Amino acid sequence: MSSTQVIGWFADIGLDDRLHVGGKGGSLGELQRAGIAVPAGFVVKTAAFERFLRALERHSPVRSRVAALSGDDLAVATACCAEIRARMTAEALPADVLDQIASAHAALCNGAGQSPVAVRSSATTEDAADASFAGLQDTYLWVTNLSQTLERVRACWASLYSVESVTYRRKRAVPEEGVAMAVVVQKMVDARTAGVMFTRSPITGDRSVLTVEGSWGLGSAVVGGEVTPDRWVLGKIRGDISVREISTKLVQHVPVLMGGIEAVAVPEDLRRAACMSDDELLSLRAIARNVERHYGRPQDIEWAVERGSDAILLLQSRPETVWSAKESAPVARPADNPLLHVMSIFGGKR
Amino acid sequence: MPSSLKVIPGTERAQAAYPYHIQFGDADDERFWFYNSMHFPEPMSAFDMVTAEAAYCALGASNTRVHSLPTTLGIDHRIINGRVYIGGNAVTDPAEIARRTEEFQKRAFYYYANWERLYAQWREKMMQLIRDAQALPKPELPEFEPLAHVHAGRGVASNHYLLDTYQRALEGYFRMWHHHFEFLLLGYGAYLTFFAFCKKAFPEITDQTIARMVAGIEAEIFRPDDELRRLARCAVELGVDAKFQRQVSADDIIRSLEQLGEPGRAWLAELEISRDPWFNINVGDGFYHYHRAWNDDLSMPFACLPEYIKRVKAGDSLERPIGRLRAERQELIEGYRELLNTDEDRAAYDQMITLAHRVFPYVEGHKFYCEHWYTNLFFNKIREFGALLSGHGFFPATEDVFQLTHYELELAIIDLMTSWSNGSPPRGPAHWPKIVAERRAAIVEWSKHATPPALGPVPDVIDDPAIVMLWGITRENLDAWLAAESGASSNEVRGFAASSGVAEGPARIVKSVEEISRLKQGDILVCQITNPTWAPIFQTIVAAVSDIGGSMSHAAIVAREYGLPAVVGTGNGTSRIKDGQRIRVDGGRGIVTILQ
Repeated sequence: MSSTQVIGWFADIGLDDRLHVGGKGGSLGELQRAGIAVPAGFVVKTAAFERFLRALERHSPVRSRVAALSGDDLAVATACCAEIRARMTAEALPADVLDQIASAHAALCNGAGQSPVAVRSSATTEDAADASFAGLQDTYLWVTNLSQTLERVRACWASLYSVESVTYRRKRAVPEEGVAMAVVVQKMVDARTAGVMFTRSPITGDRSVLTVEGSWGLGSAVVGGEVTPDRWVLGKIRGDISVREISTKLVQHVPVLMGGIEAVAVPEDLRRAACMSDDELLSLRAIARNVERHYGRPQDIEWAVERGSDAILLLQSRPETVWSAKESAPVARPADNPLLHVMSIFGGKR
Repeated sequence: MPSSLKVIPGTERAQAAYPYHIQFGDADDERFWFYNSMHFPEPMSAFDMVTAEAAYCALGASNTRVHSLPTTLGIDHRIINGRVYIGGNAVTDPAEIARRTEEFQKRAFYYYANWERLYAQWREKMMQLIRDAQALPKPELPEFEPLAHVHAGRGVASNHYLLDTYQRALEGYFRMWHHHFEFLLLGYGAYLTFFAFCKKAFPEITDQTIARMVAGIEAEIFRPDDELRRLARCAVELGVDAKFQRQVSADDIIRSLEQLGEPGRAWLAELEISRDPWFNINVGDGFYHYHRAWNDDLSMPFACLPEYIKRVKAGDSLERPIGRLRAERQELIEGYRELLNTDEDRAAYDQMITLAHRVFPYVEGHKFYCEHWYTNLFFNKIREFGALLSGHGFFPATEDVFQLTHYELELAIIDLMTSWSNGSPPRGPAHWPKIVAERRAAIVEWSKHATPPALGPVPDVIDDPAIVMLWGITRENLDAWLAAESGASSNEVRGFAASSGVAEGPARIVKSVEEISRLKQGDILVCQITNPTWAPIFQTIVAAVSDIGGSMSHAAIVAREYGLPAVVGTGNGTSRIKDGQRIRVDGGRGIVTILQ
């Protein structure tokens, strides 16, 4: 059965499975295994995409055509991508893939047909070194029923063949054979507040501080840069809050009852109010430390505070790349005679 | 340039009191000088100059001759308009640095390797010095030599002992400063080694966090405040607490306790235990004769007792939470260690912090013995000479003695001993009063004028370890400092981030101990300098700002202990901020904002 198994629940997957569940899916599974709260969910593994692609290619090739494109000829690429995406929309899902997704969706929603989920692409090439590539895939929020979910899964797959994605791959000569897409389906968090955090200083790379940015509503407003978020810098060790920048937050993203999200004005009395309490910031710090310890390196994290319960959930964690790439030599090495260290002060060396 | 800084008209004669070798000269224009506002924030009287002289003599000897610091010799000082300017003496020739490095490692490394033994020996030497100073007789000139002296065949008359006592007092003071610097630069150096490592590994770590990792929990500086807390508990236990009221003077409280019978006397006995030695702490940094000790002016400690007593009665034991403080320090040390990138970093970190912990008790502890206890004994001995001389008409008041340089004071003493022996009137009463008046007027005049923070060509690099360590001056902050002095138009006052947290409130400018009682709950203390003496008033205020001090200054340490935001070393906070203005203190960033 395992060869045709296309669903992986978070509890059963981890980063080692990223070839099958993608970076995002693997990371969510890894977090759940590490005891970090994430919204419940499953991954539609790359096997499902492969099955779908095989069905498509029975009519005519996809991968070889993309591989033959030149990264520079935008007109040809645009036409080719449009055609492939049209075929992806028209092609029926293989029956057992459809069944598996449907039953997983039902299990996730406890049979409640209207329970909203987020559908998020989870590409296997979405690795840390290509952080910018991650932004090229799609996330669909507040998807309210199975048929919409299936449609969004397809849309995620199709996003691999957007002009941007394809030209990005062609310019970097990424082999098409390895390109596959897993899709995360997880319970939607109706966020009171959401944002990102960085387990080091983005300015100096200092690992002893935690930078948090957040705003009212769903995190998409912060990630998409539609709002200037509140910003805090916390000491990782003692939790001292050294920077508090409370901005004027005019816009927030909120779910729409029938599906999707919309940008609405933040109520007047909340605009200049801090979107996180100090206690919540300290909880974030504890979570950040756990995640960082689990991975053994600094992380770039998306989080949300659930409306009503005020529970803090993580939506994503990936390794920080910019500063980690710069770290090389130790700041100092032990000396045979420990006293020699003082020569750095007394010896005129700088 | 020094030559463009003029003596303020009308004060030329007061300026001439300073000896020739500390007057600015033509050659001084070639060098960079900065105003030592950290230690000498106010124009100093002629006698107080002795502190600069003795301290720089001892500091220079330690750097240049004893430990042979590779890249720096001593510090030159000049005085103009009562302000002390200092200039470093860097060694730049690589061959000379190499030669001095070899000597340094034979000398300083021996001190580091044998630190505990040498420091124990230091404490004994220092206590002996204190006992010697305490044993100096009170200078007196009886009409007739006491019969006992005559019958014992002492053979040396009382006038001789005037000079003898004076010279011994002065000798002791100069000697004390050698003790002061025996370990100091080495201690700071080891601390700064760890400090620099932390700053490199954690660019955003605050100075105060590093300080917390190194500072001792039970250092001497906490003792005076601890004693006050103990006395507050005693007052409640003995049931005499009602006698302590804010409006009642210390003398009146003591009198009422004496009248109270046994419990009152029991408390006063406890007070005596605390006073010796822990009330030998002065309300400044020991560099001015008028920074009096608690022992000489009980108003400061007594002003704080009512609040402590109130807290004891409310059920607060006032015990310092030693266990929690220790655990917090350990949490920091281990937390930062864990966040280092490599095992090699961790091994180097361990080596550096181990050395810093070994040497730091000296850095923290010496001030109580040197700048406080000994300095009080010294200035009080000089005060005794002041009383004697003013009794013989040399000048109107005891305190006038501090308007004479220590050279002139010796002259005055010799004048008095000569006249006593001859039976002729002394010449001093016709000579000194005019000079004393002139000098008092000069100090008033000098304090009206701001003095430039620096003179002469600004060097490209300041890596003189002595200047970096003792004054915190580096090329980077020098620019900011000079700029701040020139265009002080903004509503921000910057200093060292001493204790994190943000607080707002009305500023209360407190320039002397007498003004302490003006502080109300919720005020922000703005003062020139704070030290352990001021600790008790930290229970009233919500934040503290000082003109002087670094992140390892006592004010900073005490503020952190009380969890109060503090910005120290602002240079000119007391002049830029007006009494009653609303201000915000951001102790984590070292910024004070004037809100209105």
